[in-house]
Amino acid sequence: MAGVELLSDQGYRLDGRKASELRKVQARMGVFAQADGSAYIEQGNTKALAVVYGPHEVRGSRSRTMHDRAVINCQYSMATFSTAERKRRPHGDRKSSEMSLHLKQTFEAAVLTQLYPRSQIDIYVKILQSDGGNYSACVNAATLALVDAGIPMRDYVCACTAGFVEDTPLADLCHAEESGGGTTLALALLPRSRHIALVQMDARLHQDHLDMLMEAAAEACRGLSKVLDGVVRQHLQEVSVLTRD
Amino acid sequence: MASVQVSEAEKVYIMHGVRDDLRVDGRGCEDYRHMVIETDVVSNTDGSAKVSLGHSDILVGVKAEIGKPRALVPDEGYLEFFVDCSANATPEFEGRGGEELGIDLSNTLYKVFNNKHSIDLRSLCICPGEHCWVLYVDVLLLQCDGNLFDAISIAIKAALFNTRIPKVHISEDAEGGKEIELSDDPYDCVRLNVENVPCIVTLCKVGQRHVVDATLQEKACSVASLLLAVTHKGMVTCVRKMGGGSLDPESISEMTETGKRVGKALHAPLMDLLKKEEGLGKNRQKVGFLR
Repeated sequence: MAGVELLSDQGYRLDGRKASELRKVQARMGVFAQADGSAYIEQGNTKALAVVYGPHEVRGSRSRTMHDRAVINCQYSMATFSTAERKRRPHGDRKSSEMSLHLKQTFEAAVLTQLYPRSQIDIYVKILQSDGGNYSACVNAATLALVDAGIPMRDYVCACTAGFVEDTPLADLCHAEESGGGTTLALALLPRSRHIALVQMDARLHQDHLDMLMEAAAEACRGLSKVLDGVVRQHLQEVSVLTRD
Repeated sequence: MASVQVSEAEKVYIMHGVRDDLRVDGRGCEDYRHMVIETDVVSNTDGSAKVSLGHSDILVGVKAEIGKPRALVPDEGYLEFFVDCSANATPEFEGRGGEELGIDLSNTLYKVFNNKHSIDLRSLCICPGEHCWVLYVDVLLLQCDGNLFDAISIAIKAALFNTRIPKVHISEDAEGGKEIELSDDPYDCVRLNVENVPCIVTLCKVGQRHVVDATLQEKACSVASLLLAVTHKGMVTCVRKMGGGSLDPESISEMTETGKRVGKALHAPLMDLLKKEEGLGKNRQKVGFLR
């Protein structure tokens, strides 16, 4: 147990949330005019931007071309001022390379890549402000950006983190809870089919608790999918009002 | 997009328009595009601002850290600039693609802003020769649609206006060792005087005339451009010729005059706006990217 009490006796967390409560989510699609798709999301104090270019011809080396499906190219970066301590480089370090790879795997599972053979889809995400759950904010932002770009997907990809404190699973951890040293599980879910696109857990956890933790994360993802769906519907409504004859 | 392809016919059309003082988007030669400024958008920083000029989007964050003063000027603090040309702006910037442009931009910003005529660097000194404030000014390019320098300089001025540096108390113990204590109260802070901070005005030579705030299309038609850093009094603090072509001395002096006039006119409304925004205090609704 870390020095701070992550869950009070009354069942409240550091920021006053209940164990299964998500942070406030605000999002907007179509932030930028030049990109093919773009989205911005705020999950509590974590703020992320995602931009999608493509599908287009494969750039760079031809050897990457796949004759039966599209290549998904991801780059994760963090603004140098996004963390409490200033970062020296926005991308290229080990952590962001790993994150880029995770995002690529997540979206290869969700995008219908076989529809675009010999092409490439670029997904660039940027963390503007970091307060825990960077991976999930990026996945959710990228999902909205892909929807904005009109790229067909099996389902929304919704991601959320969950932690485990005093036999209670906590959903959507903030930075203070993540850095507390406890177990953190990141889950990316395709909510309708209940398929898991990516799951990653740091630190150890008793096997008996794993199902409970996964269920809590999945429940949080389903909650997020409703929010994202609302954002998409509202965006479409706004756009259709503007383009009506 | 960092650059666009323009056909010959388009070029002729744009150049004829500029000759008649009517540009493709309806502006005159000395008009800026619509500009949106918001400060205090990233709460992890000591000061931040977001500026959109046309489709150019810039986010600037300022972080203050305690560092050691430079040996030649022990009683002054300094500024560090970093420009992140992110892949968000254009896929060409992916990986190390934006590095070259980023270094070029940050070197110019360093020359324009990091001198005592722009900012009172002495006010950043904590303890001469030992400690000073270092302001890390990080610029993030989110979308490029021409005229990056002007948009960046305005964003930097707004972010510096918004910057709040915590007050420090220096206590000396018995052995003469100094201890720096930061104030815990977020309202107990020092503001920077940004009155003399210059704004950059870039003038593009298109045909026989020159235009301010050129779009990418107009930039593609111009042979060369002149960058001027102008203070609120109309004083020019930095001049740089950019682009592949050459300019004759006569047009440089003409462009300098225009730049001074335009730059001087830019400061007053900018400061008014920043003060008005601050005047709203806590009632201000933060928009950020959620508009």
